[in-house]
Amino acid sequence: MSKIIVVTSGKGGVGKTTTAAAIATGLAQKGHMTVVIDFDVGLRNLDLILGCERRVVYDFVNIIKDEARLSQALIKDKRTDNLYILPASQTRDKDALTHEGVESVLNDLQEQGFDYIVCDSPAGIEHGALMALYFADEAFVVSNPEVSSVRDSDRILGILQSRSRRAENGGDPVKEHLILTRYDPQRVDNGDMLSVDDILEILAVPLLGVVPESKSVLQSSNSGVPIILDELSPAGQAYQDIVSRFLGEDLPHRFMHVEKKPLLRRLFG
Amino acid sequence: MRLLDYFKSTRNINTASTAKDRLQVIIAHERQAMRGPDFLPALRRDILEVIKKYIPVSENQLDLHVEQEGGYEVLELNVTLPDEEKIAS
Repeated sequence: MSKIIVVTSGKGGVGKTTTAAAIATGLAQKGHMTVVIDFDVGLRNLDLILGCERRVVYDFVNIIKDEARLSQALIKDKRTDNLYILPASQTRDKDALTHEGVESVLNDLQEQGFDYIVCDSPAGIEHGALMALYFADEAFVVSNPEVSSVRDSDRILGILQSRSRRAENGGDPVKEHLILTRYDPQRVDNGDMLSVDDILEILAVPLLGVVPESKSVLQSSNSGVPIILDELSPAGQAYQDIVSRFLGEDLPHRFMHVEKKPLLRRLFG
Repeated sequence: MRLLDYFKSTRNINTASTAKDRLQVIIAHERQAMRGPDFLPALRRDILEVIKKYIPVSENQLDLHVEQEGGYEVLELNVTLPDEEKIAS
């Protein structure tokens, strides 16, 4: 039985696609058959982050409209075994994602034996975002330590609790996880950034991991390599931790505090 | 420059705590609005119109919300009535 994960946030630009690409890659690296689906119809970007943009022939909407078979649209990742990508369409017709269509694609993927189906949600709370979260078993809510992002995360949490399939069918609720990205412990210490504790107190969602602000995230998206493959980068390591924690490993949280520098380097460094 | 920064940071205003306070207020407010049924704002507007026919009340004098009490949902309506003289005039 495969598990459906939605990566969502409400607000745009907080790192949903970066997170979806990293987590899908991480799950596949650990030996799980994983497919990551781009739900951002009209603004496809997951393919760029995963570096397979030139290999897109058919897409999600082609399958829903029966214009192609699932096997024709699925792109097998070249770097990571067990990882497949289902790109979004560049059509402007946002209503192309129908309930029945999405459900049947998800069912087909389950039948093909995928362990994890990662749904990369578009920003906002419109149709595409609602479709991405509707079938989810678990939700990764990505937030930045910034007021508008935290507020939007709370809205999305409310929607997960009221408008997902699990909410409508009255089963177990969608399991929620918080991923805090672009965290800068130095600015938290200076009192000009919300702390992890502040955000956890407000949102009341279990923390899966903190991803520190890091230059390597932009560098890796420049080259189309998911950040989790950069083992030297703190952000890459943070995503490795997140995947391990999600799979049940009990790892202490990292990257939440400023590393202590020697006094002289602190003054003149 | 780093040496100067070190001293400058002591007179930093803590904007993070302002952010937290503002978020707590707005999110509590929005959660309450989300929890109620969809028709609540419309119902509130209609009730206000009816009351206005008889008593001069303003938007913020009417408080309408749904509360959970045990197994029941209670629709609570509070209207703050203006002073007697104002009604008479």
